[in-house]
Amino acid sequence: MDAIILQILNGLDKGSAYALIALGLTLIFGTLGVVNFAHGALFMIGAFVAVSVQRLLGFSFEQIDPDKTDFLGNPLKVKMTYVESWFGPEVGGAIVDWSVPVAVIVAIPVMLLVGFVMERGLIKHFYKRPHADQILVTFGLAIVLQELIKYFFGANPIQTPAPSAFKGSFDFGVLIGFDPNAIIYPYWRLVYFAFAAVVLGGVFAFLRFTTFGMVVRAGMADRETVGLLGINIDKRFTLMFGLAAAVAGIAGVMYTPILSPNYHMGMDFLVLSFVVVVVGGMGSLPGAVAAGFLLGILQSFASMNEIKSILPGIDQVIMYLVAILILLTRPRGLLGRAGVMEE
Amino acid sequence: MKFLGLSKKDTTFLLIVITLTLLTPIILQPFPENSTLAQFNAGYPDLMQRFAIFGIFAIGFNILFGLTGYLSFGHAAFLGVGSYSVVWMYKLLGFNVLPGLLLAIVVSALFALFIGFISLRRSGIYFSILTLAFAQMSYNLAYSVLTPLTNGETGLQVYGNDPQVLMGENAPDSPHFFGLVMNESARLDLGGWQFTFNNGYYFTAIIAIIVFYVSLRIFRSPFGLMLRAIKTNQTRLNYTGLNSRPYTLAAFVISGMYAGLAGGLMAAMDPLAGAERMQWTASGEVVLMVILGGAGTLMGPILGAGFIKYFENIFSKINDQVLQGWFGFLPDGIENFLIGVSHFFVGKSWHLTLGLLFMLVVIFLPGGLVEGGQRIAKALRKKRSGDDDDGTEAQPSAAE
Repeated sequence: MDAIILQILNGLDKGSAYALIALGLTLIFGTLGVVNFAHGALFMIGAFVAVSVQRLLGFSFEQIDPDKTDFLGNPLKVKMTYVESWFGPEVGGAIVDWSVPVAVIVAIPVMLLVGFVMERGLIKHFYKRPHADQILVTFGLAIVLQELIKYFFGANPIQTPAPSAFKGSFDFGVLIGFDPNAIIYPYWRLVYFAFAAVVLGGVFAFLRFTTFGMVVRAGMADRETVGLLGINIDKRFTLMFGLAAAVAGIAGVMYTPILSPNYHMGMDFLVLSFVVVVVGGMGSLPGAVAAGFLLGILQSFASMNEIKSILPGIDQVIMYLVAILILLTRPRGLLGRAGVMEE
Repeated sequence: MKFLGLSKKDTTFLLIVITLTLLTPIILQPFPENSTLAQFNAGYPDLMQRFAIFGIFAIGFNILFGLTGYLSFGHAAFLGVGSYSVVWMYKLLGFNVLPGLLLAIVVSALFALFIGFISLRRSGIYFSILTLAFAQMSYNLAYSVLTPLTNGETGLQVYGNDPQVLMGENAPDSPHFFGLVMNESARLDLGGWQFTFNNGYYFTAIIAIIVFYVSLRIFRSPFGLMLRAIKTNQTRLNYTGLNSRPYTLAAFVISGMYAGLAGGLMAAMDPLAGAERMQWTASGEVVLMVILGGAGTLMGPILGAGFIKYFENIFSKINDQVLQGWFGFLPDGIENFLIGVSHFFVGKSWHLTLGLLFMLVVIFLPGGLVEGGQRIAKALRKKRSGDDDDGTEAQPSAAE
């Protein structure tokens, strides 16, 4: 029992990331009808926003500390970050320590801007082109973004630690009445899951309870009629693209303590996110989220030693296997409408 | 005049292709050895072999994608299967490449039949995702569970204690074709030029010509016409009472065999096989080649493969020293600026150039390089004749 709960928990953080990326992909596909292969790159850009923020906050200068001396008796030079000198050591140190959550605040406007530029500059011209062209041009864009990141940040993963308050693990099992040490779970993963739940809830609430969201949903259902009613749907869809980019971006920011960002993480997540979208049903937002968590949890179950000993290698292929099975038996996906993208 | 069942125009076209292929070692070596431009020469065996091999891969992919419009993102799996088959034949029988290549074609055909049979039940992006899923599965399995078969991360290679039962006493201990050793070359020094005629290159080139001929015949056959009909309007085709699945499946298997052959030839040039050949970026690369050259055209895939492999090689060789040599005559400030800018595009970051180029092609020139050439040719013709000659447009040129 405890092993099963542990695997579900383990699947949650990865599932959260899948759900957030797949949600953005589905939003873009549902509103603009564009298959965005550069969406993984947006996730990666978000992660590197976190890296940049961490570096910016880490900028420091040397100053002489009058109280301390080094072993030769000279005054000791200590490094002091600018942030600390501005806000005092306590607040400044906390800001440096909390660089990842700070990066979330930075990432939202940055990603919105990236999204706008991408949509207005490139995607706009591909609405009427075949899906194959859309896939290919965004694939090209993904390569370009990936190489730019590699150029500026190098090919090696960059450590981005979580705030020290969330380092380490806690004993989750005790909370729900298991023996101590039965279920040990890192704090940050729980934070990530809560964060994802908030973002997902926010996006759904936005679509559900605001006039803007209503118009967008109407536009997803029947773009032409909404246009005939005199509503500029394109403008709103552009905003939705920005929103999808921002969701992917902050998903990337918050994921950095779990996986040190590297330049190809976008591509790695993209392939799996597409699998998620297809399993959930192309164009279905709840489907994308449900499939994200479902596949994340399935993946962590498949990596249990008990399962691996029966079916060797299953942890490597489970996602694809599920995708193949779903596509063959229920091509619309778990929650999708029939006939989407089956030209 | 009919030659091998080809029309006169196609015969000329084929003959041009054959001539160009056979003379490649000379054509690609236009600059004397000691000149500063020698770095742009491409006439060395390793690169020329890659031209021919990726040419075969792209020609095969074009039969599926160019004709039927089904975009597969998993063709690298067949490449990998082909490579593994050849290396296994080295290990079991000996270094003659023939059994390995035959096995590569057969195994990849069976593999393609299996994947194609399942994947082709869906179309559009679902087909792409299915092929991608199969290829990623193969890749992940090759790395993990199938290690006894694939030797995992190390890659499959021939060891001293392998049986090699057909290995003769004096047989060469590197890949050969009935004694013709692949990595041996004849050199010709002519003035400042040095030409290398490599056995491996000619072996792959002759195979490439044969498979090019096969693809030419497919393009001109009723079967090819049927595949084009599927691309144009599959629904209408189904309404006329035709089942299109056997045709797409045949195209899928044929292109899988091409990919298997290409993978086998990779192992024939260099007796190694690794799982990274199956990764989806490798599938993406062949898509790039075909699109860049011009999908659905005969010449396009070869042009695209040559273009990408040439620039991959040349661009990644350009480093700071070379750049300084180019911009050295400029004032320091401008020189440093230009070197800084060029840094983005050359050396290790040549993929950036590739990505940009690819985007530009998809945006402005969906027909690829072939279409670009045709547009230029048309513009020139218009200039010369002075008026519109729409009458000739209906007749496709041989390259299409």
